[in-house]
Amino acid sequence: MSFLTYLKDGISLGSVYAIIALGYTMVYGIAKMLNFAHGDVIMVGAYVVLMMITRAGLHPLLAVLIAMAACTVLGMTIEMVAYRPLRKAGSPLAVLITAIGVSYLLQNIALLMFGADGKTFINVVSLPSLSLFDGGLVISGTTIVTILANIIIMICLTLFVKKTKQGRAMQAVSEDRDAAQLMGINVNGTISLTFAIGSALAAIAGVLLCSAYPVVTPYTGAMPGIKAFVAAVFGGIGSIPGAMLGGILLGVIEILGRAYISSQVADAIVFGVLIIVLLVKPSGLFGKNVQEKV
Amino acid sequence: MNTDIVKKIKNRRLRSKLITYLIVIVFYVVVQILINTGNLSSLLTGLLVPICVYVIAAVSLNLVVGISGELSLGHAGFMCVGAYTSAFLSNVVGSALPETLRFILAILTGAVFAGLFGLLIGIPVLRLKGDYLAIVTLAFGEIIKNLMNVVYVGIDSKGLHVSTTSAMDLHLEPTGKQIIKGALGISGTPKNSNFTIGVILILLTLFIVQNLIDSRSGRAVMAARDNRIAAESIGIPVTKFKLLAFAVSAALAGVAGVLYSHNLATLNTKKFDYNTSILVLVFVVLGGIGNIRGSMIAAVILTALPEMLRFLSNYRMLIYAIVLIVMMLFNWAPAAREWRERVLSRLPFGRRKAVGKEEV
Repeated sequence: MSFLTYLKDGISLGSVYAIIALGYTMVYGIAKMLNFAHGDVIMVGAYVVLMMITRAGLHPLLAVLIAMAACTVLGMTIEMVAYRPLRKAGSPLAVLITAIGVSYLLQNIALLMFGADGKTFINVVSLPSLSLFDGGLVISGTTIVTILANIIIMICLTLFVKKTKQGRAMQAVSEDRDAAQLMGINVNGTISLTFAIGSALAAIAGVLLCSAYPVVTPYTGAMPGIKAFVAAVFGGIGSIPGAMLGGILLGVIEILGRAYISSQVADAIVFGVLIIVLLVKPSGLFGKNVQEKV
Repeated sequence: MNTDIVKKIKNRRLRSKLITYLIVIVFYVVVQILINTGNLSSLLTGLLVPICVYVIAAVSLNLVVGISGELSLGHAGFMCVGAYTSAFLSNVVGSALPETLRFILAILTGAVFAGLFGLLIGIPVLRLKGDYLAIVTLAFGEIIKNLMNVVYVGIDSKGLHVSTTSAMDLHLEPTGKQIIKGALGISGTPKNSNFTIGVILILLTLFIVQNLIDSRSGRAVMAARDNRIAAESIGIPVTKFKLLAFAVSAALAGVAGVLYSHNLATLNTKKFDYNTSILVLVFVVLGGIGNIRGSMIAAVILTALPEMLRFLSNYRMLIYAIVLIVMMLFNWAPAAREWRERVLSRLPFGRRKAVGKEEV
């Protein structure tokens, strides 16, 4: 039965990765940039929720909504101030380094405000846990909420991108920015909207991550951010179901590797699997193969 | 007529190379004078070897990012390989060899092993492009770091013992010595690095990198960077040359790792995570992609900056981040560039500077 427990933990962690990866993959698909600061938006979201609950004494659900709003504003501000001026710079590296600068900035602001030691996070989910197989498998409320949230978010996002006008504008911008502009699509506005959605998702991911592993530090978001990016690449960057599947697979591999092989090399296994996948299928599991034109 | 132009270009290249060496030598002399007159704080003196480490790392990464045009985020992994293999060698050899010889051997070991890793990793990885290449190099860097964390190696009269579980599983004789202690790393490495050796290694790195760029191979690499298909169509084996640049860059990163490990009493893998790779990439991009001199200067300034900002205490890393963002915006944003050129053209002699500053 322990295998099922590990599998459940893996899916739970993987769902968090998937939610982060969705934000990564959308931003990458549309703005064509690695947003290294995405992981730190997760951390900001977690701190906002914590502060709202402990200092302001708000209801957890309200706190989560406020955190989503705060992260949305933060994401749009970052995009407008730090990334937009560089969009026509001609080098994708310039905006990558700026994103790293933003990541340092967010980490250090958090460091100054909350200190380096971890703050205990309060579990915002008050659902009872579910017991299966006569107590052989206990699924906590947090896990249920995480997995449900993941599924709902994915369905909503897919519907949004496929059915709404804004969603189709996103597809157009990701396909060909100049052509989209000529068709009268507001490119800057669309990219801004993408950052807003990605950051709101990051806030949710932050809450779920810290509910499962209840400590927040200024560096909480960094490693999950990197892993979520790996998940996005794994599933084929730019693809919503790809990000979801990549995230869950990554979480399962990590937890199983930690349980059965060694906790110290779990990350090495995760990255090793990524490398093998990319060598066999360089565009990821769900990626489109782009033909090279002369 | 034609040969005249060729000669002129060659002379200009040679002069540019010599100026780069000269900058390093002048920097060395100035720092030595500052040390001898007691004008350099002990904190900055302690930073001299790390500065050399980062300069070598930045120059070697520029070979991949600037000259070969591939984004690599795993440079710290190669530094890690160089650091560990050389520290291992120095610890095993101990005092069996004279110090200078042992250190030269350590540098060679670090370079060779890191270069081999570069070759091994480069063969599969260089098939990928752009951000995929970046994420795979990052993954390799993290794998190297993670694996080093679980390796235990000891030595006794029967030879080497290796384990991946714990120090107890080495089954060493009582007289045996543990060398690599898993996550605790390697301790007791002789402190052979100093500023002079660092500067000599920088000059050596510059010599290798600059001559490689100017060679037939270097031109082939740049041709492949600018237009892969065109380069392939005139018969340049693109993969081979890209692999060459990647392996040389890895070997030089290994040298940086050797310098690093022989400067510390205890070596562990904490320093070799992706943050260090990113830091080195920041030097390269801020200094100007493909610009060797620029990456050197950026490495020196950005390594010393946190110490210089020490009076700001807790705010220094915050200021560092803001400086980084502002510098990137100022250097790269088209709007900022236009503004800069407008301002420069109003200044006396400004126009010449704005127009004539084109990178080759």
